[in-house]
Amino acid sequence: MSYSDKVLDHYENPRNVGALEANDASVGTGMVGAPACGDVMKLQIKVNDAGIIEEARFKTYGCGSAIASSSLVTEWVKGKTLDQALAIKNTAIAEELALPPVKIHCSILAEDAIKAAVADYRNKHEVVSAGYAACDPAAA
Amino acid sequence: MPKLPIYLDYSATTPIDPRVAEIMIPYLTEKFGNPASRSHAFGWDADQAVERAREEVAGLVNCDPKEIVWTSGATESDNLAIKGAAQFYKGKGKHLITVRTEHKAVLDPMRELERQGFEVTYLDPEPSGLLDLDKFRAAIRADTILASVMHVNNEIGVIQDIETIGEICRGKGVLFHVDAAQSTGKAPIDLARLKVDLMSFSAHKTYGPKGIGALYVRRKPRIRLEAQMHGGGHERGMRSGTLATHQIVGMGAAFRIAAEEMATENERIRCLRDKLWTGVSTLDEVHLNGDMQQRVPHNLNASFNFVEGESLMMAIKDLAVSSGSACTSASLEPSYVLKALGRNDELAHSSIRFSIGRFTTEQDIDFAVQLLHKHVGKLRDLSPLWDMHRAGIDLNSVQWAAH
Repeated sequence: MSYSDKVLDHYENPRNVGALEANDASVGTGMVGAPACGDVMKLQIKVNDAGIIEEARFKTYGCGSAIASSSLVTEWVKGKTLDQALAIKNTAIAEELALPPVKIHCSILAEDAIKAAVADYRNKHEVVSAGYAACDPAAA
Repeated sequence: MPKLPIYLDYSATTPIDPRVAEIMIPYLTEKFGNPASRSHAFGWDADQAVERAREEVAGLVNCDPKEIVWTSGATESDNLAIKGAAQFYKGKGKHLITVRTEHKAVLDPMRELERQGFEVTYLDPEPSGLLDLDKFRAAIRADTILASVMHVNNEIGVIQDIETIGEICRGKGVLFHVDAAQSTGKAPIDLARLKVDLMSFSAHKTYGPKGIGALYVRRKPRIRLEAQMHGGGHERGMRSGTLATHQIVGMGAAFRIAAEEMATENERIRCLRDKLWTGVSTLDEVHLNGDMQQRVPHNLNASFNFVEGESLMMAIKDLAVSSGSACTSASLEPSYVLKALGRNDELAHSSIRFSIGRFTTEQDIDFAVQLLHKHVGKLRDLSPLWDMHRAGIDLNSVQWAAH
């Protein structure tokens, strides 16, 4: 698999690796994918009182482009409102990283991770979510 | 510091041994004759070289040189053996037996035969990768004409008991084909003793050139085949096409060297492989794939749990290895061989095959072990599954959002 320099850079120097306190009310956690499919992404966002994502963390089990997609997303969501974060589309991720066609699903997974993290945050705040199934924070 | 990248993928292909290359070169230039030319010295010289190579190949596997048919490689040999025998003997029956862990060069011809109206039984191996001989015996029917079981598996390196399988087949009047692409020079083969009717060989897995192979076709009792390639009637009509003299000479030399050196070479390689396994097995959650005893010395296949294979290969890019991860294949399916052993998808995704060879050094292995220790840890720090495992969460109990 020949990857773009951007994928290699995110893979070699992943940004914002780690975890936030999942039980913290200001934190939303999204975990998407499945080990059987070869990729699992965990994305966490910390939202401030103004409704802005001020921190993001990820951990990913998956191929190089899955790791790069999630690393990129942590950079992109920072400083955005929840709605702005939800507007990030997989096509933009795939384009930025120049993902080969067989790896497009990694960008879709990264978009799903944002949706899941936002849905989890909104569930905690009893805002009606967009109907997206958030993962169980206890399992994270 | 060894020269990088380090080649640990000898089961994919091997370099041509320099001694072999040297022998081949004159047959590309001054000794260019067509071995089928009976009317002049150019042809006679080429024919002599081809027949000497036939003896060298026969010498490694202890058969009559007349039982060796040149082909373009093991894939063609498998096709000729399986389709050729099935089509010739279809009047006797239309049932064939093989194993799920066979190479695609066996499985795909079987699929083709199914389309032609044959019936194929695909046996599951045991978790060790080895075939349960009672299950094999039970699969034989009155209309079974051929069984195909590989000698050494290309992914996990396990050695099937072709001696006993051959006895079972002979007793039941079933032809027995063996794909031996991965075993020449690694496991001894004695066709005078084995009850094998057809055996496929490849040159480039044994330090010979790519594009040349052979099929052993037993003469006593005589095995007949329907030719798959029609033309000038070369190779007693079983495989037409002008013989590639330089390739054939290369295969002969490579197999002769294998016969001379395999005993000492395999001991050295076994030490290196064991050193590699000792080195990586100190990491947590590393699982060996395939039986360790009935296995060729140069293969190690291990799953690094909670780390995805492709990302591990990226991390250890100074090592040329292969993975059973879906991400390294076009199909996005993890290794069908590991799945047939009953390995779960996670472990199949996390597998790396190391294959060691003639030019691997102890320094190469030390470097590989160090690199793996460094990067497996780094990738686990990145893995949510590793966190969950360490928190005592059973991953099978988690409701995953499938995609």
